[in-house]
Amino acid sequence: MPAEATAGAPAAARLRLAGDRSARARVAMALLGLLLVVSALGALAVGPAMLPPGTVARILLAGPNGQASSLADTVIVWQIRLPRMLLGALVGASLATVGAMMQGLFRNPLADPGLVGVSGGAAFAAVATIVLSGSVLAPFAALFGIWALPVAAFFGGLAATLLIYRIGTRAGRSSMALMLLAGIALGAFAGAGTGFLVFMSDDDQLRTLTFWSLGGLGGATWGKLAAGAPMMVAALLLAPLVARGLNGIVLGEAEAYHLGVDVQRLKRLTIVLVALATGAAVAVSGAIGFVGIVVPHLLRLAIGPDHRALLPASALAGASLLLVADMAARTLVAPAELPIGILTAAIGAPVFLWILLRRRGLADV
Amino acid sequence: MRSRLLAGFALAAALGTAPAFAQSVASPERIVSIGGAVTEILYALGEEDRVVAVDTTSLFPPRALAEKPDVGYMRALSAEGVLALSPDLILMDEGAGPPEAVALIDQAGVATQHVPTGLTVEDLLAKIRAVSQAVGEEEAGEAMAGEVAEKFAALDADLANVGEKKRVLFILSLADGRPNAAGSGTGADAVIRMAGAENVFGDVEGYKALSSEAAAALAPDVILVVSRGGSTVDPLSVPALAATPAGQANAVISMDALYLLGFGPRTPDAVRELAAQLYPEAGLAR
Repeated sequence: MPAEATAGAPAAARLRLAGDRSARARVAMALLGLLLVVSALGALAVGPAMLPPGTVARILLAGPNGQASSLADTVIVWQIRLPRMLLGALVGASLATVGAMMQGLFRNPLADPGLVGVSGGAAFAAVATIVLSGSVLAPFAALFGIWALPVAAFFGGLAATLLIYRIGTRAGRSSMALMLLAGIALGAFAGAGTGFLVFMSDDDQLRTLTFWSLGGLGGATWGKLAAGAPMMVAALLLAPLVARGLNGIVLGEAEAYHLGVDVQRLKRLTIVLVALATGAAVAVSGAIGFVGIVVPHLLRLAIGPDHRALLPASALAGASLLLVADMAARTLVAPAELPIGILTAAIGAPVFLWILLRRRGLADV
Repeated sequence: MRSRLLAGFALAAALGTAPAFAQSVASPERIVSIGGAVTEILYALGEEDRVVAVDTTSLFPPRALAEKPDVGYMRALSAEGVLALSPDLILMDEGAGPPEAVALIDQAGVATQHVPTGLTVEDLLAKIRAVSQAVGEEEAGEAMAGEVAEKFAALDADLANVGEKKRVLFILSLADGRPNAAGSGTGADAVIRMAGAENVFGDVEGYKALSSEAAAALAPDVILVVSRGGSTVDPLSVPALAATPAGQANAVISMDALYLLGFGPRTPDAVRELAAQLYPEAGLAR
């Protein structure tokens, strides 16, 4: 099984293997595409309301104002499940792709927007928007309307990512350990800021914050989708631009430079894309952890580390994973609903530990 | 085209109700009840067989949550979960959320009723009337509201003879010896005032964590705590609180949280019980 070889082999050897894997990557991509279609259809068909697939199909064909079934069923399919499915797929795709990008950029399979403070920065900005949009941030909230939350989260995530990168980079060389530690410190600092806002907020805001921080797609509406989707779609569409550069960076920044990669431009672009996708995802769905670690890591074992395949595969698999997790979130305790962050952490944390244990003995964790 | 639109508006205006109510049924048989007091009123009206699901805050009577499906915490509802029960009436406490889920439920063409909440006697009466009207039990609801109003009036009359108002500190929880006290605008503040006493923390709004030093400086005559499912806090274990007049006199009143703060049909009894303990000499107990 090449999986073992991948984990231990020097980066250069890994890259050489990539060529042999392109056929395999194509097969994987087709399978993942199929999986996404199946999970998307499942997300439309499965929920606490028992609607036969035929009814769902008829309601979809009849349009949002159609009379194919009762008004309640039409609302469930068109106003609840459809925006929720699209939002779930986009958030899952964004988180997994961003995870793959950060792991490439930081040259460490454990990098994840949640672990290195990017989500924390985005969350802090989002929470500030929730709590302060009635007072200090009122002009900002008025200016951006429903986009205020994703825009704020983008800048929060961007600021965190830039800071982490700045702190971890000296004279063009990046220290992974320094960056991870800086990320942890920054995450804690953002946590303190968030905590202060929680202290300031009234009872209603407090409840909003508590459930928001657990993550969830239950609040998915067309409005929310309209606010978050453009940023996530843009980041996903631009992701292939950094794939080749990230392949180079795996060898080391100096080596990448000699391979003809514009390292500074690559870093800047990657950071913006990471902040864009993470910010929008965090803003619309709260903090959903571990998707960004688990999905790219498992895919790297399956199809190899070539980012040209890894990034799109991560998007497909991340979308499917979140759709499946969301189906579980809304059916396991129906008619109530579990916050999805609980599920992804419950699945992701053990996988994370497993990755750690596999890497024990290697130098650069 | 335009005239048809206008006619449509005129019709809607003539009906005088939101579209959701156009489908309202005279005698709903599948009611989803969201909010502890709403459920309590429905059960007190004898409508429990028509209730198909309740929320997590519906703790009284205890069999409600034990026997009916649970749609989750009322501030974290799942729109599809609620609609999946194919209700013909959804009764929601005003505080139900999140707003997106409530908006979706409102759109779904099922009769929904937002039950007003508030912290005055009038608010409680309005709540009882709103619930009973929604389920087509106006008369029983009117009777219940009348009884509640009468009990409050009788208590007020009895309290007229009480001399100096007791100064009460309500402690919701004692995390790490730090009291979380009730300021104005809280249910605890309302019941303290209804029971003819003064909230020493009334200058502050909402529930706030106090330093024990600040709690001592408030010098309450009585400390009021609530128990949940049998567990209660002992404020006198905190030295600063033990040093207050209340601590010196061992004047700690503990009552069941839901009974005291539930703002349902049992509230007048709970308030009278509190008043009887505050002013034992006044002979308020029934």
